[in-house]
Amino acid sequence: MTAAERETAEETPPPAPLGKDLVGLEGLPGDTIRMILDTAEPFKEISERPIKKVPVLRGKTIVNLFFEPSTRTRISFEFAEKRLGADTVNINSVGSSVSKGESLVDTARNLEAMRIDMVVIRHGSSGAARFLADRIPSNVINAGDGRHEHPTQALLDMLTMRDRLGRIEGLRVCIVGDIVHSRVARSNIFGLRALGAEVGVCGPRSLVPVGIEDLGVRVFGHVDEAIEWADVLNVLRLQLERMDAGFIPSLREYNRVFGVTRVRLEQAPREVVVLHPGPMNRGVEIDSDVADGPQSVILPQVTNGVAVRMAVLYLLAGGRPELAEDAKRGSGG
Amino acid sequence: MTADKEPRDLLDAAGVEQALGRLADDIIAAGDTDDLLLVGIRRRGVELAERLAALVAARTGQSVDQGRLDITLYRDDFAQIGSRPLIGTTEIPGDITDRRVVIVDDVLYTGRTIRAALNEIADFGRPARIELCVLVDRGGRELPIQADFVGVESEVPPGSHVEVRVPSEDGELGVRIRSGAERGGAG
Repeated sequence: MTAAERETAEETPPPAPLGKDLVGLEGLPGDTIRMILDTAEPFKEISERPIKKVPVLRGKTIVNLFFEPSTRTRISFEFAEKRLGADTVNINSVGSSVSKGESLVDTARNLEAMRIDMVVIRHGSSGAARFLADRIPSNVINAGDGRHEHPTQALLDMLTMRDRLGRIEGLRVCIVGDIVHSRVARSNIFGLRALGAEVGVCGPRSLVPVGIEDLGVRVFGHVDEAIEWADVLNVLRLQLERMDAGFIPSLREYNRVFGVTRVRLEQAPREVVVLHPGPMNRGVEIDSDVADGPQSVILPQVTNGVAVRMAVLYLLAGGRPELAEDAKRGSGG
Repeated sequence: MTADKEPRDLLDAAGVEQALGRLADDIIAAGDTDDLLLVGIRRRGVELAERLAALVAARTGQSVDQGRLDITLYRDDFAQIGSRPLIGTTEIPGDITDRRVVIVDDVLYTGRTIRAALNEIADFGRPARIELCVLVDRGGRELPIQADFVGVESEVPPGSHVEVRVPSEDGELGVRIRSGAERGGAG
């Protein structure tokens, strides 16, 4: 240890540990989530520099393993990785050995044999990220697994709320849309509750999980009620295939009861900030007037996504050999 | 405990004020201050840069631009350290190309912090000239880096700690030296 290291070690208290992986926000203490959001702050500035790159992950190799189509999450991770100086490889399920029936673990072990350091995984099955994290020594970041979690999306949502409103604690946040199939909703609920927000959900009864009140969440059956209550609406994308599956009668009917419109927001007792994780169905869950209006923070969400992912990569990268050993022995939780 | 384990004062508040006044004079004497930018290295270099900027401004009648730099992401030992240090925000005002940049830090020791700062500044542009101003030069360099402006030179053995104290961080102004033994002899 050099003197310079000792000086830093003495001056800055070590942050609460994040561990080897980020699989979900469930069970993460509020302090750890706050630490991630605080770490994202200085990373915002890096994307504003003439040379948008710092050398902190120089020499690290990161694989973006996407078993489901994704544009913005994958690109956001890739920007974050590249701006930290890492080398990245993208693997999409279409046209790769994954589509030839190779198992998830075999794919990952082959990647590890090529000496990678981190895996960012998007997968259609709930629990896929945890499954992988327990079996390989590399750091694993969940970029969305089935209906389980999408932690970096919830983190960027919370960072954006905090930027706009100055706090999370005590805020009333209502998630609007298809709650039952949504990993974004789950991660938001866990994260927001841990930071002391009040959380509501609003959607058709067929798309709101039974018993969600037990998580301390309020349920609204009409978007007007949600707007009257909330400081923030986090409007989810309506997966159009839900209609074919009979969860909702029609898009028009959905828009009539749950669509966030300018006229509705004007009835609110206070200014309501509107988020959307994208991609939007304009005219279905959100009107263009709202999406492009002054209450929308949809584009700041995208900007913050890169900073939050940089923070998570920074906090997880390297330096945890003891955990890697555990994973090799297959003893991970 | 024995007297040699007590922290020893290298400079008191008046001594620091005096040293900063001299440094401001030296910076003015060494070149044009029209395009001067003082960049403080977090954390204690930031307040020192603020004080120097005020002193230079008082002497020249021109305001002096300031920036602040957090070099954590440019450290050369990043892969070796286990915990992830908290990062402060880097703020560099405007374009630094063709300006006169003076890096301000509290203590010059191994030179590794300054190496990191030089790399970081290069990512913001190409200054006409970069100089280095430190309050204390304690010797012990591990890289070929020297300061242009030095408040006080004092050879301090490895294992001892030079503590620059500034009001914004420590509630007082001063410099003191702690011997390594007081810190349990580790490292």
